Amino acid sequence: MFDFLDKYDVLGAFWTTVQLTLLSAVGSLIWGTLLAGMRVGPVPLMRGFATAYVNIVRNIPLTVIILFASLGLKDTLGVTLGSDQVDTQSFRLAVLGLIVYTSAFVCEAIRAGINTVPVGQAEAARAIGLNFTQVLGLIVLPQAFRAAVLPLTNVLIALTKNTTVAAAIGVAEAAVLMKTMLENEAQLLAISAVIAFGFCCLTLPTGLLLGRVSKKVAVKR
Amino acid sequence: MSSVLYDAQGPRAKRRNVLYTAAFLVVLAAVVWWVYKSLDDKGQLEWALWKPYLSGTEAYSTYIWPGLQNTLKAAALAMIIALPLGAVLGISRLSDHAWVRVPATAVVEFFRAIPVLVLMIFGMELYSQYTDVSSDDRPLYAVVTGLVLYNASVLAEIVRAGILALPKGQNEAALAIGLRKGQVMRLILLPQAVTTMLPAIVSQLVVIVKDTAIGGAILTFPELLSSASTMSSYYGANTIASFTVVAVIFVAINFSLTSFASWLEGRLRRRKKSTGAVIGVQDAAAIAGTAATGAER
Repeated sequence: MFDFLDKYDVLGAFWTTVQLTLLSAVGSLIWGTLLAGMRVGPVPLMRGFATAYVNIVRNIPLTVIILFASLGLKDTLGVTLGSDQVDTQSFRLAVLGLIVYTSAFVCEAIRAGINTVPVGQAEAARAIGLNFTQVLGLIVLPQAFRAAVLPLTNVLIALTKNTTVAAAIGVAEAAVLMKTMLENEAQLLAISAVIAFGFCCLTLPTGLLLGRVSKKVAVKR
Repeated sequence: MSSVLYDAQGPRAKRRNVLYTAAFLVVLAAVVWWVYKSLDDKGQLEWALWKPYLSGTEAYSTYIWPGLQNTLKAAALAMIIALPLGAVLGISRLSDHAWVRVPATAVVEFFRAIPVLVLMIFGMELYSQYTDVSSDDRPLYAVVTGLVLYNASVLAEIVRAGILALPKGQNEAALAIGLRKGQVMRLILLPQAVTTMLPAIVSQLVVIVKDTAIGGAILTFPELLSSASTMSSYYGANTIASFTVVAVIFVAINFSLTSFASWLEGRLRRRKKSTGAVIGVQDAAAIAGTAATGAER
C-alpha cells in the first residue's frame, strides 16, 4: 500500500518544512522580542510603531504576505535576497514572509509574559537604581520569557503548520509533495495519512515537550 | 501613565526620550525613503497603476466585491458548519463513557495538529475522486471542508474550556434537583458557557477569514486574494497597488472582528451576572495552537 513512497523524497520535503520552521522561528524570536521591547517602552513613537505593526500584520493573511514577497518584492522590485537561483530565492522569501508574520505573534506572547511579572519586581529594581534597559534586561525579561514559554510554544506550533503556505510560491515542502503525489498516484488515503503522520510527528511532540518545559521553568509565585 | 517598567519621567529621562525618538524617527524615515525610492525606481508609484482603486468603482465591482463575497461566503459556511460540529465534539470529550470520550479526543487532537492546507488538498482530491461535485464548485467545497475540519476541533476545545470554567456547583445543583445528564448539559451548562465563549468564537472567525486566502492561492478558489492577481494582470502589472488594496480590506475586516472580540471580552469580564470565567481571545489563541489574535489587556 505504501510502496509509492520509494519514488518520492518524503524526508527531504519534511526536512524543508523543518528548515523553514527553524529559520523563521529564530528570526521571528529576535524581531518579535525587539518589537515587544518597543511596545512596552517609554518612547511613545516606538510604542506606536510596534503597536501599529502588530495590529496590521496579524490581521493580514499569511498567504497575502508570502505571495507579496514573491510577486511584489521579487518580481516587481527585484529584491532577490542575495541569490540568483529561483529555488533559493523562493525559500528565503518564504522565510522572510514567515518572520514578518510570526514576529507579531511572538511580540504579543512576550508582552503577555511581561504582563505576568508583578509590578513590585520592577519597582524594587528601580528602587535600587536600575534604569529602563536594566530593569527590562535583568529583571523583567528573564521572568517574562519563562512565563512566555507556553504562548511561544503555541506560536511555534502554528509556525510549523504555517510553513505549508510557502507552497503558494513553490517552496518544495510537505504540502507541495502531497499535491504532486496525489496527482501521480491514485492513493488518496495512504498519501494523506503519510503527510498527516509527518505533521503529527512535528507538532504533537513539540507541544508535549515544551509544555513540560514551561511547567518546569515557570516562576512559582 | 504608570507601567511595570518605568516611572513617571524626570527631566533627564525626558531628554533621553526625545533623543531616542529622534534616532528612531531617522531610522524610520530612512526605511520609508528606501521603500519610496525603490517603488519610484520601478515606476510603481505612477498614477495609472493606482487609479483603478482611487478613482472610479470599476475595480471594486468587477474584481474585489465578487472576491470578497466568496471569502465571506466560505468563512460563513465554515463557521456555520463547524460550530455545531465543534459543540458536539467538545461535549463528547467531556462524556463519562470512554468509548465516546476517547475517539472524540483523538479526532480533536489529530485535526488540530495538521495544517489547514493539507486538509484542503485532501478535500480537493476527495471531491474529485469520489463525488460528482462539478469542478467549478470543488475549490469552495475543499476550502470549506478544510476550514471545518480544523476549526471544528478548535471550537470543540473552546466549548470544552467554556464548560469546564463553570463552577462545579452548577453541575451538582442541577443533578441534585433530579435532572438527567443530558438535561444538565442542555439546560444548565451550555447556555451559561455560550456567553463566556463568545469572544473566543469571534476571534476564531479572524483565523477562518485569513485562512480562506490559502484556498485562493493554492486551490484556485476565487476569493479576495486571487482577485488581486487577476486585477494586476488586467490593470497593467500593478502588483503592489493590488496587494495593498487587498491587504487593507483584510485588515479592515479582521481588525474590526478583533476589536469586537476584545470589547466583548472586556464587557463580559466586567459584568457580574455570568457565573463562569470568560474564555477570552488569548485563550482561543492558546487553544488553537495558532497564535490567532491577541486582545488588548
